Amino acid sequence: MLYREAGQFKTSYRADQQIFPILQDRIGMLVLGFVALVGVPLVASEYWLTAILIPLLVFSLAAIGLNILTGYAGQLSLGTAAFMAVGAVATYNFQLRVPGIPILVSFLLGGGTAAAVGAVFGLPSLRIKGFYLAVATLAAQFFIPWLLVKVSWFSNDSASGVITTQPVEILGFTFDTPLRKYLFALVVVSVLALVAKNLVRSHIGRAWMAVRDMDVAAEVIGIRIVRTKLVAFAVSSFYCGIAGALYAFAYLGSVETDGFNLDLSFRILFMIIIGGVGSILGSFLGAAFITLLPILLDVALTEGATALGLQLPSGMTSMVQLVVFGALIIFFLIVEPLGLARLWQIAKEKLRLWPFPH
Amino acid sequence: MTHDHNPGRRIGETLLAVENISLAFGGVRALTDISFDVREHEIRAIIGPNGAGKSSMLNCVNGVYRPQQGTIRFAGQTFRHMHPHKAALMGIARTFQNIALFRGMSVLDNIMTGRNLKMRCGLFLQALYVGPNRREELAHREKVEHIIDFLQIESVRKTPVGRLPYGIQKRVELGRALAAEPRLLLLDEPMAGMNIEEKQDMCRFILDVNDEFGTTIVLIEHDMGVVMDISDRVVVLDYGRKIGDGSPDEVRANQDVIDAYLGVAH
Amino acid sequence: MQFFFEVLIGGLLAGVMYSLVALGFVLIYKASGVFNFAQGSMVFFAALTYVGLQEKFGLPGWAVFGLTLAVMVVLGIAIERVVLRPLVNQPQITLFMATIGLAFFIEGLAQVIWGTQVRRLDLGLQDEPIAMLMDRFNMLVSKFDVVAAVVAGLLVAVLAVFFNRTRIGRALRAVADDHQAALAVGIPLKQIWAIVWSVAGFVALVAGLMWGARNGVQFALTFVALKALPVLILGGFESVLGAIVGGLIIGASEKLAEVYLGPHLGGGIEGWFAYVMALLFLLVRPEGLFGEKHIDRV
Ligand SMILES: Nc1ncnc2c1ncn2[C@@H]1O[C@H](COP(=O)(O)OP(=O)(O)O)[C@@H](O)[C@H]1O
Ligand SMILES: [Mg+2]
Repeated sequence: MLYREAGQFKTSYRADQQIFPILQDRIGMLVLGFVALVGVPLVASEYWLTAILIPLLVFSLAAIGLNILTGYAGQLSLGTAAFMAVGAVATYNFQLRVPGIPILVSFLLGGGTAAAVGAVFGLPSLRIKGFYLAVATLAAQFFIPWLLVKVSWFSNDSASGVITTQPVEILGFTFDTPLRKYLFALVVVSVLALVAKNLVRSHIGRAWMAVRDMDVAAEVIGIRIVRTKLVAFAVSSFYCGIAGALYAFAYLGSVETDGFNLDLSFRILFMIIIGGVGSILGSFLGAAFITLLPILLDVALTEGATALGLQLPSGMTSMVQLVVFGALIIFFLIVEPLGLARLWQIAKEKLRLWPFPH
Repeated sequence: MTHDHNPGRRIGETLLAVENISLAFGGVRALTDISFDVREHEIRAIIGPNGAGKSSMLNCVNGVYRPQQGTIRFAGQTFRHMHPHKAALMGIARTFQNIALFRGMSVLDNIMTGRNLKMRCGLFLQALYVGPNRREELAHREKVEHIIDFLQIESVRKTPVGRLPYGIQKRVELGRALAAEPRLLLLDEPMAGMNIEEKQDMCRFILDVNDEFGTTIVLIEHDMGVVMDISDRVVVLDYGRKIGDGSPDEVRANQDVIDAYLGVAH
Repeated sequence: MQFFFEVLIGGLLAGVMYSLVALGFVLIYKASGVFNFAQGSMVFFAALTYVGLQEKFGLPGWAVFGLTLAVMVVLGIAIERVVLRPLVNQPQITLFMATIGLAFFIEGLAQVIWGTQVRRLDLGLQDEPIAMLMDRFNMLVSKFDVVAAVVAGLLVAVLAVFFNRTRIGRALRAVADDHQAALAVGIPLKQIWAIVWSVAGFVALVAGLMWGARNGVQFALTFVALKALPVLILGGFESVLGAIVGGLIIGASEKLAEVYLGPHLGGGIEGWFAYVMALLFLLVRPEGLFGEKHIDRV
């Protein structure tokens, strides 16, 4: 079975407008879906589920959120984690304070709350651009977690500030084991990824990219810059909010506001730079890369050190990690600004021509 | 290359009138007390040396710049300053001197973006995609494909515009403007930097648009041959002032214009 | 009232330190249009290298200073070569993200080389109140802060002379005004950039020594750079004077807010106050205090 486009003539614009116009890609997606839904539950250990797959899904969602704002709409944000915090805390509070509310509704409302907060912090983007905007989002990053900690109502006056999340229960079925939590996250993330793909290939997506690429020209053809940017902030924050809620409910089992810090924001930014700015697929690739790299690095360093009979100073691996992350960011920006997603695409194009390159 | 071959094309009433426009950037007076009009279905050229204020004039017409003085009358409405969005709504489209395409997007998406004002589906329908949104996308895709055919850029429709040669980019930008089905088309040096062949193609596109859709066109151009050939009337600017206005022949005979412009290098 | 002044002066002096960091940003921004997010890491790197070299070789202060300066110059030139040159003509946002990567790289590198523990940096200055002010006005003003302020002032003066009186400085200003034109009249852009990055390294070293001596040399130093951001918003990215004034304003208002507003809000507001203030300021005056309004050319 070869990867070929030849012979697949698109007879209609409709066929051309599919997300995966090439048959082999559609088959590939089906296989991937099957593996994720059936294969993983059969073989994955608890460690794999809790330490790798669930966070990978959660971060993918956050990366999609940031990608909508930064990759598609061109508005740099360093406040991703803050909007995740809003989503987590809001979901928790809806679940806590509205009797009988279904968990999915809480998630949606949590995302909605994050969207509203995101839009407020997006307001400065109406007047400022580029890294000026980064300062506005930094304000969010420092102010929001502070507020969430200071006002103890948000954490239901818990003395430690750490709040345990409610069980995720849908129609009497409780997602309590790691495997169930994984499946829950998988479904949520898949659906939202599809929605994101739909948005970016519709006219709002084109408006985002237009504003990103050339705002004056966008305005001249009738795009409302203000509204377009605010919608980008809101939708992006909605995604980050849901990701935050998943982080709390499906990954940690608690809401720890301190965890939603600048470092996390940077990490998600790195995911989209390495995975692919302006690519939904890239969000997944980047999340996978940034989640797996530290683990691999850790193994490599400890193994390497033992093999050489060395004693690694404590904290060394996390420092090496900083160096590697930094170098990779620079490398990708210089060599392949469109990231892993672009590399994947190039590989496919090569494969399509193989074995006759031109 | 003259367009008078089509006797069916009638020049109509005044569509656009700029009156006493003055614009300054700090101390630089880009435009001083400029007035002229553009009639329906007309091809109106603006000429003048570099820095004369031609681009600034177009920018005032569709609201990218806000003139300090004067008014702009378009389709019966008078504005102190135009707003870009309002201008687009009223059917003014344009291209830019330095190509202002959306570099990261494909040719198809660039031109589709030109139709954004005609798209009605809300965020929710777009999120679903299937249903009304897909129908809308397809309907507009069809129109856009016509434009792509018309401009003969079928082979690059999926290519990101940043990778296209200059001449083709200029065409795509025209396509994006046409996608809005404008009443008034403002073209800022659409042929600058092109070779003869490309220029001829572009001239033909402009004339066809004017002929077939009756689109009114305001055109900034340096190539005097082209200007004389395709325009009905010409405005001449120099140092932000209007120094000539009339048919190509009248302008050519105007001594001020000869001194200021035709005398120089061109 | 006297307490108010004490807080105010303390804030202004702290502000001087912000200015010192912001200055490095402005230099690079002016010359190459890059917003160098890694400036804070360079401060940290410089301070850590200084302490590290001192511990290792036990050389006198001036020798260590010279060595560290050499390291910073090499670092600056390397950054220009390896990171920025390949990214010339990329969108600003790309350059900005590249310097974020750079910041991580430098922070990691510094600690891989010198370890992760907090170091004391002793410049022989005591952080004690000035006796005269204490006696006469009963005001607590740290001797150390005053010295830091004087150093910062000197540095600004040196830079001003450098910019206005030397040939390189004039070329630099030409570059800042218009890259193309500067190239056209034969100014060697790349050389200029290398010099600017070296100077920024020097500024980082001075800032690193002052901050390090005050708070210890530790990772948290990099956060100082984040504080420089609101300073720049206030002062504008292109104005040396703006960096100074912006630093003073942020320093003073942050301290005042901490003392007078903090208790009502439950404390801990110094983490965000500067940003929120910068944000509000941006909404009123996006071009900064000293920046010029300009309209995009199309
Ligand atoms: N956005 C702007 N900011 C400052 N000056 C401008 C701007 N746009 C145009 N100018 C100035 O206005 C004058 C006219 O420019 P322009 O309209 O571009 O001329 P033309 O298109 O005829 O070459 C020039 O002196 C130019 O420098
Ligand atoms: Mg012009």
